[in-house]
Amino acid sequence: MLTKRIIPCLDVKDNRVVKGIKFLNLRDAGDPVELGARYSDEGADELVFLDITATIRFRKTIVELVEKVAENVFIPFTVGGGIQTVEQMDEILRSGADKVSVNTAAVSNPDLLTEAAQRFGNQCVVLAIDARRSKEKARKWQVCVKAGSEPTETDVVEWAVRGEKLGAGEILLTSMDADGTKVGYDNELNKTVSDAVDIPVIASGGAGKLEHLYDAIVDGGADAVLMASITHFGNYTINQMKEYLASRGIAMNL
Amino acid sequence: MSFMIVVIDYNVGNVRSVCNALRHIGCEAALSKEIETIESAAGIVLPGVAAFGYAISQLAELAEPIKKLALAGKPLLGICVGYQMLFCYSSEYGKHNGLGLISGSVIPIPAGSQLSVPHMGWNQVKLAEDMDLFAGLGKEKNFYFAHSFYADVTDRQTKVAYTDYGFAMPAAVQKANVYGVQFHPEKSSKSGLKVLKNFVEICEKEKRKTPK
Repeated sequence: MLTKRIIPCLDVKDNRVVKGIKFLNLRDAGDPVELGARYSDEGADELVFLDITATIRFRKTIVELVEKVAENVFIPFTVGGGIQTVEQMDEILRSGADKVSVNTAAVSNPDLLTEAAQRFGNQCVVLAIDARRSKEKARKWQVCVKAGSEPTETDVVEWAVRGEKLGAGEILLTSMDADGTKVGYDNELNKTVSDAVDIPVIASGGAGKLEHLYDAIVDGGADAVLMASITHFGNYTINQMKEYLASRGIAMNL
Repeated sequence: MSFMIVVIDYNVGNVRSVCNALRHIGCEAALSKEIETIESAAGIVLPGVAAFGYAISQLAELAEPIKKLALAGKPLLGICVGYQMLFCYSSEYGKHNGLGLISGSVIPIPAGSQLSVPHMGWNQVKLAEDMDLFAGLGKEKNFYFAHSFYADVTDRQTKVAYTDYGFAMPAAVQKANVYGVQFHPEKSSKSGLKVLKNFVEICEKEKRKTPK
């Protein structure tokens, strides 16, 4: 059986890993290649690199970063941030990434998911969704774009279902409300989305304690848990997380 | 210059990652589609991330020489779709012939209620002790998979290692000097690098045997 995955996420800005709270107040967390190689050595199952400055325009620096990561990291990794066309995806994949994630570009041009899946296979296509809890309605979340700066009218669950039909092979679901707060994942969000789609859901935003990882998998129905603050700033090692989850009966790649 | 290993460069996804991994473990690896370079290498790696039909069409006129070299005893390692191409044919988007080095066919993973397709992620492989690729790796290890089709191996002379995905699914094969892995050793961290290292050692042994 497939194991549940631990995925450290490296938000990259100006060639440095940074991490904030609710997408703001960024703190430096190191060199992306070094940190990626370290997580890989420590037993991470996958990595995600998000260029958080790139939405404004696609930049050559991402490709150079992907090449360097691919020379030093021997686990699968996803690259996202500002990717708008299948040509850009092709460049990223040929530079050594295993998957590409799209967010803003898929919202404005949903056909991008289909084009990408037909060309590279849906296992390469990750739909990243930044979700913000509705203030008016319970159990409703709205899709935000442009690195979370712009809310849309689109409902997160509807978008996830549509994204799967269009060709996404995986959903990277970030709760903007929980991001960087370390109070736990939004498992109501995770559960609602993971029940609605058949493709794997990666829970993101809010990891602070080991219990949170367990809850996202068991209560949230997540196939993988993504974290940043708690690994970057040394709260837990990857191995501690895996040992903990395995001890509670979750199948892990140890 | 002759390389220890040549990685076949044929316009499919992620051939570079295989090269990166081989170089990382200290192997002289070249990415090439030149017949002379392929012939002069001690071993061949046939990688591949693509649909089967596309991959075999891109391999084109390299298919026959690679098959001949493998039949003549040169170690060959197929990875993912490169592994699937070792078999007779695939039914992915139509029927396509493979290299036919190992009897069997490539068919869809049956979709079950609990099991999603593609089979993507880390899964445990029961390692057959007599398979050279797994020397020093113990009884079982996790490897990274990403595929929607699998090879139904019917060749009786072929050793097979399996993974569990609702059924015993072949994950690796060995028939004399022909090796194949459905998973991605270049993306399977330390265990994967060890598999590649074992293949490099197989090639080194073969090189010592072959007179110049």
